[in-house]
Amino acid sequence: MSLINTLARLEAVESGRARPTATVRHRRLTGRPLVLVPLTTAGEAGAPLGALVGTDRDAPRLLAVAQPRDRDLRFAFLAELAEAVLPHIESYADVVEPAERGETDPATGKRVKVETELCVDAAQIVVPSRAGIEFVRLLGRSMRFRRTADDDPDTPYPAPARVPLLGRWLTHYGERARVPGSSLLLACTDLLNRHWATGQSNLEDQHLGALLAWIDPPAGESGAEAALRAELARDAAGQLLCPPAGPATDPDFDNRLLAPAIEKYDRARASLAAAEDGLAADARLAELSGAEREIRALLAGVLRPTWDAVWRGLDLLRELPEGARTEDRWTRDRWSFTAHRDRVRSGEPPQPRRDDAVTAARKLAARETAQAQLEAQEALDDPLVLAGRRLAGEAFIGEVSAVEMAYSESKRPSPRPLVTVRTDERPQLGEGVKIYRSLDGKPQTAQFAGYGPADEEGGAPSLVLRITDRMGRGKEPAPGSVPEPGDRIAWTLFEHDQRGGPQLPDAEETPWTHGGPPGGVEAAELPDPMTPEDLL
Amino acid sequence: MRGNAFEARVKADGGTELMRLLHERLGGPGEPPREVAVPDLTAAGPEGRAARTALALREATEAGGWALLDHPMLALEVAGSPAYLEPDAVVVHPDGTWTVVEIKSFPMIDGSADAAKVGAAARQSAVYVLALERVAEVTDGARVGHRVLLVCPKDFSNLPAASVVDVRKQRAVTRRQLTRLTRVEEIAAALPEGASFDPERSPEDLETAVESVAAAYAPECLSACELAFHCRSRARAEGAVEALGRGVRGELGGLTTVAGVLAAAAGKEGDPADPAVAALRRAAALRAEALEGRAGCR
Repeated sequence: MSLINTLARLEAVESGRARPTATVRHRRLTGRPLVLVPLTTAGEAGAPLGALVGTDRDAPRLLAVAQPRDRDLRFAFLAELAEAVLPHIESYADVVEPAERGETDPATGKRVKVETELCVDAAQIVVPSRAGIEFVRLLGRSMRFRRTADDDPDTPYPAPARVPLLGRWLTHYGERARVPGSSLLLACTDLLNRHWATGQSNLEDQHLGALLAWIDPPAGESGAEAALRAELARDAAGQLLCPPAGPATDPDFDNRLLAPAIEKYDRARASLAAAEDGLAADARLAELSGAEREIRALLAGVLRPTWDAVWRGLDLLRELPEGARTEDRWTRDRWSFTAHRDRVRSGEPPQPRRDDAVTAARKLAARETAQAQLEAQEALDDPLVLAGRRLAGEAFIGEVSAVEMAYSESKRPSPRPLVTVRTDERPQLGEGVKIYRSLDGKPQTAQFAGYGPADEEGGAPSLVLRITDRMGRGKEPAPGSVPEPGDRIAWTLFEHDQRGGPQLPDAEETPWTHGGPPGGVEAAELPDPMTPEDLL
Repeated sequence: MRGNAFEARVKADGGTELMRLLHERLGGPGEPPREVAVPDLTAAGPEGRAARTALALREATEAGGWALLDHPMLALEVAGSPAYLEPDAVVVHPDGTWTVVEIKSFPMIDGSADAAKVGAAARQSAVYVLALERVAEVTDGARVGHRVLLVCPKDFSNLPAASVVDVRKQRAVTRRQLTRLTRVEEIAAALPEGASFDPERSPEDLETAVESVAAAYAPECLSACELAFHCRSRARAEGAVEALGRGVRGELGGLTTVAGVLAAAAGKEGDPADPAVAALRRAAALRAEALEGRAGCR
């Protein structure tokens, strides 16, 4: 945590209310996000228990598994989840615009532009917490290798149609969520924590209810009091008023309410199976559906507060204006969405269990680039983020006091104006260090040329910068491309755009040091073997 | 519970499956061991079981074959008082190496598991290794392996998968922490006369007793200790900056309270020559400027 954010937290402690750490919203929120609030079964790592899902805050779709150990019920849950999620994703897949993509021509090895299409918007999924993102990954992993009866008629326990497809999409979303600045799959707590500092620790900020209590406390109550109530307050039956945002449930809920309800359901099912005539079976069936309704009501009761909290969080975030460069990152998300759509349509196999060396290196490099890009873009979009960088000496704001024209010493001299900048900040400059400013949305580079004379009042000496590019081709700089005295300009020591790393070889040319070329791709990815006690 | 069912399954048939996994991950060449001794470790009381375990370990090491000790009992001195530990299993190799086996119910998916849970399992196993080393010191030809076998359910099934975890680092950390622990008697001596933490006593008495003990609260306590909420409210009432996280203290130098930091940042208190105070004032000025929209620039 940087000092400036620590200070924001301390301010929040004192004022009893969360304090902003951003003045604009740094993530894209689409007009119609799909919210998914999942629950898992305690002690059955990963077995789904239920979920609320949907794009309409007033009409969530409740999915429930009455007996999480029953494979058929789990499959029914996954099939229903596919019915809820896939239409949302597919509704974005066919709305496209023409676009161009740079590709290497395999024949000539040259970079050429290829006409292609790009989805105009991408489907966005929002889960309550970071654990929810992990659960999406887990669901994706468990589903994408499944075989349906169509794929392989001999497979035991065929998965419902469309379940493997959902697995591939959730895997893609889970993978994309690891790219810094991506907005395809978002956790509500992460979003809120990015934009506000509360008067509690990072650890406590993972509790969605407590976090919201700090950001938007009820009238007449401090954030700390409201957060404590969200963490601990229980009703007369001993249940938390603000149930955990999941996917894990509160043990008191499991033991006192859920376990007896599931037991009742099991008994009803056993007695239905033992029914001897139609009349008795009818009565017992009614009992069974009654027990199932009870479980659904219980799950709805603990899911609904979280569902409402996620939407409330989204409302709060929508009040912030969107950062200017968020669009650029969202375009990358759209490319990623379109590329996965194309892979699915061209019938490529599901994502492998483990990436080969080249893919893994490529992903890592892409994430590093995205991280650096995100940091730079957030600072450029938001004076409050820039303030943090200024404090760290990685940027400064200064007023231009003088401009002196100078030229480079080549055959065709080009303009290299020397700009004197006065600032009381302390950027970490050395001889020849490159610094950047944003000129009409494009970075202009300058070089630190030395310190100027100290000002009359004995303050910090001014800085002399030599502008080196973006002044046009002529002998005289293009109008507006050179700062003028009196301009207040933000300069950064970090680059605004990130260049990609070095090229990596094709997967077939992986060197032996990295395991050699991946072999037998087809044979490697068999579905998981089925056992009688599967978890998911 | 599934965890117990899984452990029973791994150890079934005299540990055949467990020994196969162990041999695959740690053993030398050749076939997995067929003859595995499974000594009986039942005895009365923890001391009795610990003594029985030590005897079984010595016998197995002398015998020079494979042996599987199911739920042995080990003793370790913690802060001057004995603590009894029960690993899931300990395997004696023919060469006299003892290996700790830890069976966990979290899944290992595609060969990797939740890092936090694996870390916790490694720390737990390191304590068993330390306790075993005490026994090995007095046993001829015995040594304790620093590689422990972690057994987890594979993917989404109940089939076991195993992985070797090197616990040398955790062992060194735990060893150092054990030597640094304040002895229980010293802690007790620092308590006021008549303080008691007996849960039978009245809430007021307990409250007074708890209040009399100093606590170093950090947010990590919340996931480990039942008194954490109590300590947190106390830390917040005192305005301690640690309530926001351990890392916060590092940046604030000698300033320890929320009010103190904010006063220093606002320029009301503190020595401007102190680098922490100077940094705070710059941070506060930059933050205020950005929030008021005065940072307007091109």
